[in-house]
Amino acid sequence: MARKDPGPQVDRRKFLTGVAAAGAATAAATMSTPVTRAAEPAPAARVPSALPPSMHVAQAETGTPREPARVPGIPGSDFMVDVVKTLGIKYLPANCASSYRAIHESLINYGGNKQPEFLTCMHEESAVAMAHGYFKVAGKPLMTLCHGTVGLQHATMGIYNAWCDRVPVIVVGGNDMDAATRPPGVPTFHSAQDINALVRDFTKWDDTPVSLQHFAQSFVRAYKIAMTPPYGPVMISLDAGLQQEPMKDHGEKPYVPRYVPTAPPQGDSGAVKEAARLLAAAQNPLIVADRAARTPNGMRLLVQLAETLQARVIDQGGRMNFPRTHYLSAPPTAVSSADVILGLELSDFWATVNSYTDNAGNGGIGTNSTRIKRDTKLISISSVELNTKANYQDFQRFQVIDVPMAGDAEATLPALIEAVKAAIPNDRKGAIAARGEAAKKAYAEGKERTRAAAALGWDASPVSTARLCMEVYAAVKDLDWSLVASEGNVSNWPNRLWPMEKYHHWLGRSGGYGVGYGAPASVGAALANRDLGRFSVSIQSDGDLMYAPGVLWTAAKHKIPLLAVMHNNRGYHQEVMHVQRLSNFRNRVANYGGDMGPVGTRIENPDIEYHKLAESMGWWAKGPIKDPAQLGPALKEAVKVVQAGQPALLNVWTQPR
Amino acid sequence: MSTELRFALVLAGILFNQAATAAGSAEKGKAAYVQHGCWQCHGFAGQGGVTGPKLAPNPMPPEALSAFVRNTRGAMPPYQAAILSDGDLADIHAYLLSIPKAPDYKSIPLLNH
Repeated sequence: MARKDPGPQVDRRKFLTGVAAAGAATAAATMSTPVTRAAEPAPAARVPSALPPSMHVAQAETGTPREPARVPGIPGSDFMVDVVKTLGIKYLPANCASSYRAIHESLINYGGNKQPEFLTCMHEESAVAMAHGYFKVAGKPLMTLCHGTVGLQHATMGIYNAWCDRVPVIVVGGNDMDAATRPPGVPTFHSAQDINALVRDFTKWDDTPVSLQHFAQSFVRAYKIAMTPPYGPVMISLDAGLQQEPMKDHGEKPYVPRYVPTAPPQGDSGAVKEAARLLAAAQNPLIVADRAARTPNGMRLLVQLAETLQARVIDQGGRMNFPRTHYLSAPPTAVSSADVILGLELSDFWATVNSYTDNAGNGGIGTNSTRIKRDTKLISISSVELNTKANYQDFQRFQVIDVPMAGDAEATLPALIEAVKAAIPNDRKGAIAARGEAAKKAYAEGKERTRAAAALGWDASPVSTARLCMEVYAAVKDLDWSLVASEGNVSNWPNRLWPMEKYHHWLGRSGGYGVGYGAPASVGAALANRDLGRFSVSIQSDGDLMYAPGVLWTAAKHKIPLLAVMHNNRGYHQEVMHVQRLSNFRNRVANYGGDMGPVGTRIENPDIEYHKLAESMGWWAKGPIKDPAQLGPALKEAVKVVQAGQPALLNVWTQPR
Repeated sequence: MSTELRFALVLAGILFNQAATAAGSAEKGKAAYVQHGCWQCHGFAGQGGVTGPKLAPNPMPPEALSAFVRNTRGAMPPYQAAILSDGDLADIHAYLLSIPKAPDYKSIPLLNH
C-alpha cells in the first residue's frame, strides 16, 4: 500500500530485504544448491505461466529466516493492541498466520495475552463459530484474526452463519498490501487487493485502514456497527506493513475514540399504536418470536406482553424468547386459529403462515398452502429490514404484512406493551381472561401428548432421540445448565420437554444452516458459561463434528468444560430423504451401495469412533453406547468429569430423528 | 389430507391392492423396513418424529397403508410397486403389527419431572 508519509525511522523495503536476505542465507546454509534471488530480473526466455515449485519456493515456505535486527521505535501493532484493549474483548480465538504475525506478537508479549487472551484454534471456521457461541451467552463480541486469503476462505462459513444469526463477530484478516516490498513466495500468493470482498455480502461493514489513526477509528467503528441491532459480523483488513512499521512521529500521538453504544432502533410510534389497536381488539391474537429476545430482559418483556393480552406465543427458537413452562407457550400449529399474528424478528414470516410440501406437485416444484384464516392480520417488527444485502439474501418468500415495522423488537416492546394496555377496552378484559384459561387447558393437553409420543420406542436400540434428550436432562437438571447447541435434529425434544425458563437454557441454532456450527459454537458458549459458573451441555451430531473436529483439542487445551452427548445416527439425515424422495419421484430404487441409506449420505462402514477421536485430543470420553440402559450411568460419570473442569464426550448411537 | 381423499385412498387400496393385504412375515418385514428406508423418517421402532408420524404400535390397516404408500402426495414420497413390492409391503405391515405397545409415559420417571 502506498504511504502518504514514508516513515522516517525505518525503511520497510530495507527491513524486508533484510528478512529475505536472512532467509536466503539460511537457505544457502542448508542447501548446497545455489538459489536465484527473487530481485533478479527474469530471463528473456519463454517460460510457462505456472512454474513447478523451485527449491527457493520450498525454502521460502519451510525455511527459518535469521533473526532480523530489532526495529527501533514503538511497533504499530502495539498501538493496535492498545485500541483493542479499550473495548474489553476477553478472548481471541484464532488460527495463527504470518500475515498477522506482528499483532500476534504484540498481543501475547506487549499485551500480556490478556484482554484478549489468544485461544489456539485449528480452523478459522471454528474460531468464528466459537465467537458466535460465546456471544450468545456473554452478550459481548469476540474478535478473531485470520490469514487474509486462505484463512478468510476457511472462516467464511462461520461468518455467514453469524450473519444469518445476527451475531457480532469482529474479523480481522492479515494482508500484505505493498506488492513492491512484501516478501516474495507464499506471503505474496496470500495477499490480495481487497480481501474483504470475499465476505462483503454477509458482513455489516468492512474497512482497510491505511494508518494507525485510521485503524483506531475503524476498529471502534467496526465494534459499534457490529453491536448496533441488528447485530452482525464486521471485517477489517489489516495491512502487514502497518502492523510491523513503528509509529511515526507526526507531533501528535494517535488517539483511541471512546466507544459509546448506539441506542437500538424502535418501531415507528404510529405503527406501534396501530399494532396495539389490532392486538387489543383481536379475538385470538398470537405472538411468534424468532430472534426477538436479544437479552434476558427481552424474555421478560415478551412474557409481559403475552400476559397482558393472554396471547399464546410460538417460540421459533432463534433465541430463548419465551419460557417453555408458561401456559401461553404454543406449538407452531397455533397459527391456524389466530386472527392477529405479531411476528417478532422472524427470518421467515412466509413459512410461519404458509406451508410447503416437497412433493411432485406443480410440475415437481412442490405444493404451497396457507396455514392461516383468510382475514388474519399480520404485524411484523424486525430490525433486519434495516440491513438488507442484494446478493446473499437474508429473507425468504415475500409475505405481505399489514403493519410492518423496521425496528428492533426488544427495543420496541416497552412502547408496544404500554400501547396495548391503553388500547384494551374495559369490556374486553373478561374475554381476555377467559382466553388465558383456554390456553392453560391447551397447554396441559399438549404436554400430555408430547410425553406420550416420547414414550414410543423408549427402550429401542439404537437409543431414541426422546430417550437421549431426557436422560441428558435428568443428568443436568440439578445444575445451572445451559444447552449450548442441539444439532442434527433430535425431533426438537429439548424444546418440547425440557423446562427451559432462563435465557441461557437455549441459545438457538446456527442461523445459516451451515453444518459444522455445533461443535465450535458449543465450545465458545461453554467458555462464556465457564466464566459464569454454569454447566454447558450440547447435543452433538456426527456430521457436524467431522467438519472441524480440531475444536475438541482447543477445548481441552484451554480447559473449557463441556458435556457433549452425541446424536450419532451415522448419516447426513437431512440429505438422506432428499435423495430418497427424488428416487421415488422418478420411480427408481435408491442405490444404498451396501449402506443403510442412499450412496453419499451415510457415515458408516467404517463407523467413526468419536469417543476415541475425543480421547486423542484430551477429552474424557466413552462409547459407543447403543443400549439405552447404559446411557444414564455413563452420563453420571461424564457430568462429574465436566464439573471437575474437563470436557467429556459420550458417543451414543441414536435413532435417525 | 382431507377426509374424502383419505376415504378414496382407502377404497382404492381395498380394490386394487389385495395382494398387500395378505399376511406378511414380521421377520422379513423388519429387514424390508430398513432396506426400503422406512426407518429414516419413522424410526427403527416405528415411533415417528418430526420428520414422519408414528407407524406403531397399532398401525393403520394394511389396505390403508398400501393406499397411502402408493398414492401419497404429502411430505412422504410415494413408493410404487417397482420400488416396493406388494409382498415387501405386507411384510412391513406385519413387522409394524409385531411392535409391542409402548409403556405408559406415566410409568417412566424421566418423563415425569
